[in-house]
Amino acid sequence: MSIRERLSGNEAIAYAMRQINPDVFAAFPITPSTEIPQYFAQYVADGRVNTEYVTVESEHSSMSTCVGAAAAGARAVTATSSCGLAFMYEMLYVAASARLPITLACVNRTLTGPININNDHSDSMGARDSGWIQIYAENNQEAYDNYLQAMRISETPDVRLPIMICQDGFITSHAVENILLEEDTAVKAFVGEYNPEHALIGRDHPLAVGPYDTCPYCMEHKVQQAEAMKNAKRAILDVAADFEKTFGRKYGFFEAYRMEDAQVALVLIGSTAGTAKACVEQLRAQGVKAGLIKLRVFRPFPMEEIAAALSHVKAVAVMDKSEGNSACGGPLFAEVRSACYDLERRPMLIDVVYGLAGRDCAVEDIEKVYRHLLNMVATGETGPRYIHMGQRSNQQEVL
Amino acid sequence: MDRQMVEIRWHGRGGQGAKTACLLLADAAFASGKYVQGFPEYGPERMGAPITAYNRISDAPCTIHSNIYEPDYVVVVDESLLSSVDVTAGLSPKGAIVVNSPRSAQALRPLLRGYAGGVYAIDARKISEEHLGGYFPNTPMLSAIVQVSRVLEPGRFIADMEASFRHKFATKPQVIQGNMNCLIQSMKEVRGA
Repeated sequence: MSIRERLSGNEAIAYAMRQINPDVFAAFPITPSTEIPQYFAQYVADGRVNTEYVTVESEHSSMSTCVGAAAAGARAVTATSSCGLAFMYEMLYVAASARLPITLACVNRTLTGPININNDHSDSMGARDSGWIQIYAENNQEAYDNYLQAMRISETPDVRLPIMICQDGFITSHAVENILLEEDTAVKAFVGEYNPEHALIGRDHPLAVGPYDTCPYCMEHKVQQAEAMKNAKRAILDVAADFEKTFGRKYGFFEAYRMEDAQVALVLIGSTAGTAKACVEQLRAQGVKAGLIKLRVFRPFPMEEIAAALSHVKAVAVMDKSEGNSACGGPLFAEVRSACYDLERRPMLIDVVYGLAGRDCAVEDIEKVYRHLLNMVATGETGPRYIHMGQRSNQQEVL
Repeated sequence: MDRQMVEIRWHGRGGQGAKTACLLLADAAFASGKYVQGFPEYGPERMGAPITAYNRISDAPCTIHSNIYEPDYVVVVDESLLSSVDVTAGLSPKGAIVVNSPRSAQALRPLLRGYAGGVYAIDARKISEEHLGGYFPNTPMLSAIVQVSRVLEPGRFIADMEASFRHKFATKPQVIQGNMNCLIQSMKEVRGA
């Protein structure tokens, strides 16, 4: 039986962590993820978990602690945001290349500078090539559910990659909303025990982790790692299927919302999807065939599946909540546009960069994007491919 | 309640408990079976900076995750914000604003940039100093907005809040009665114009 509750996104993650009772939590605070180690510290103090709670002096050290613990065979977790994630960079790559299934709760916050504490996706998007699986949430419920699925995906023997469970800073991390929680025993049974094939301690077979890799071998290891990311696609769907069977809530690579007959569609990530759904309903009531793809899994990127979902759409706006500084659009746009290249009939495709550093995005803002797409369809003109929305400016590229 | 969803915007200063009051209202609404959202919007991270917090309270799930621009009700926890923040921006003329002030609602109306809806005043400082021995305006403001908006049934709200305080203040039960007194007295004293 699910438990009806109301929790913030941060509380939901800490609650899931308590239920899972990981071996090691490496803790260093940074807004807006700070509440996660804070709530978890209370569980430790109250004796509700027997996790080794390691307070460190920086995020480089928290990820290093996770790397050490995971190499030793422990289930290791941490939480961070923004510059904290940036400070982990070196160790993110070490974790992924050493094939250590660490779980990181990433509460997305913009990267400095200028310094700002609010939400966008620039922190985790910057780590998109680090070899971590990345799964994003629309709300507290999805943050919780994604976290419950994280370790099984990450620890799958032919995957063995670290995983980032992302949610939008403040917008969901600090928003109290209704949520369905699962019983402790059901969660423990679903997540299961972690019994790695190889570990530094407690095993008969000696092992080295992270030694220098010479040229004749290093590329092989990198390709194996890339293959593991491909394998993660199957693992993500397998775990989602079992999650649906166990708890009744359905997940995939993305949620296709009213896409069956959509003529215009958005592709976006995170909490804005909820706002966009309200807009889709309003437009549908006016007879506009609007649809939405809310991407859940960004790494591995579901290229063929996204292309298939967009194959019948006339015009698509990819909405990037991070600025790629590429002079040609954000990271989500690059992936989606690339995915559509193999389609026989490609939709018109533009990038709308929005919501940087916490700039709010309301239903009316989303409607502007749909109206822009409808205009593209009506005129047959794609117009500028790479535009920004929501900033104060007189420039023409502003939607 | 003719509207399916009620939207409330809170204006306060960092440290006064506007966010806490917003979350307590979400708690109470949740306890009465509603779908709720309670969330803060932070400016600079320091005591005294203006902060905004929001509630959506509905009989159906709400997926919108933006700030609230056209609230049904506004709560002003710090009267000094009236001169620096456009607190009635977008406020529904069918709704109301509740201000923490020793002044009368009639005296406040001219400060509200022509707002034509309901204006209510409550002296949260007096009430909290009387019952809690210090300036904790959020509890009186919380019950004042429930009384004015009727977003929750007042009797049920009081009962739910008592249960909530018993849980929240389990380690210092001596403050429970004072907080309950604040809630009840504020409901009696809030006055409109």
